[in-house]
Amino acid sequence: MTTANTGLYQLDGSLIWSGFRQLAPISVFVTVFGAAFGLAAKQKGLSDTSIIAMSALAFSGYAQFALLEQWGAQIPLFAMLMTALAINARHLLMGATLYPWLCRLTPAKRYGVMLLASDANWAMSMRAFSGGRPGFGLLLGGGLALWFFWVSGTWLGVYFGNAISHPERLGLDMVMGCFLLAMAVGGEKSPRMLIIWLVAALSSLLAYWYLPDNSHVLVGALAGGMIGTVWGTHDHEH
Amino acid sequence: MNIETTGTGTLAIVLIMALVALATRWGGVYLMSFVPINYRVKRFIQAMSGSVLVALLAPMAVAGDNAARVALLTTAVIMLLLKKPLPAIAGGMVAAAVMRYF
Repeated sequence: MTTANTGLYQLDGSLIWSGFRQLAPISVFVTVFGAAFGLAAKQKGLSDTSIIAMSALAFSGYAQFALLEQWGAQIPLFAMLMTALAINARHLLMGATLYPWLCRLTPAKRYGVMLLASDANWAMSMRAFSGGRPGFGLLLGGGLALWFFWVSGTWLGVYFGNAISHPERLGLDMVMGCFLLAMAVGGEKSPRMLIIWLVAALSSLLAYWYLPDNSHVLVGALAGGMIGTVWGTHDHEH
Repeated sequence: MNIETTGTGTLAIVLIMALVALATRWGGVYLMSFVPINYRVKRFIQAMSGSVLVALLAPMAVAGDNAARVALLTTAVIMLLLKKPLPAIAGGMVAAAVMRYF
């Protein structure tokens, strides 16, 4: 990375638009989950404005659904904070994994492109950078697509929700899982990577079963990272 | 301490959720700015980026229903054969829908 290819760190309108279009097909499915959230939140008695405001400002799918599970006349502040933090903790990892590229940007751009970081656009962006292609357009443009469809979906759910009460019957609950798996399978494959994946999978499962809820992503990713640091001696740089 | 889920309480909850999400989106980047990026750190980051995906997926496959497992398997097979994400994702979802229909 010392011989910097400046094209890699570019971020302009056409790259953002291209990122938007590339993530748009997946984002359409995200609309359905936005709608499911809108409907569920309405049934819990949240006001229309606060439901849409939450999707727009927090933009964190799983954490928003988890909040609804805790919803009552009152919510314990500490439990709510801890749940939201644990579920959102994977964003910390995403920021860290993108840092070798993000550090080339000015601080304003660096934190700006992370505003809408989410599973799908992060995965696309990582894959682009690993393949020597510019990824910030995917991160920001893709994030805009995901955000736009998530918020529109929430709005649809609040006003016309009853049409989409069972997205899992159509297999829609598997969109993100299948997407992330496709990204993983499409990435680098080597015996060393296989060992890393195995360690990550096993430790995330152990955390899933025996450690507090929502700790599995953090535990699995850190364990995989550590094995990757000590395992294998060959120099495999991109 | 409890928050009321009416009026300003709801507003506070929305703001807290937004701030937590923002803090995690920015936090990883901020913390990394104190870490010198050397060879070992690069290897750690590279291994971790694949591991995040696997750590998200493993419990989905193991703790999910059969439809979830078939969906993931279908996606993996199509991705290996065609190397195109969209048909792979579509195939996975169709597989899950078919499994749940019967």
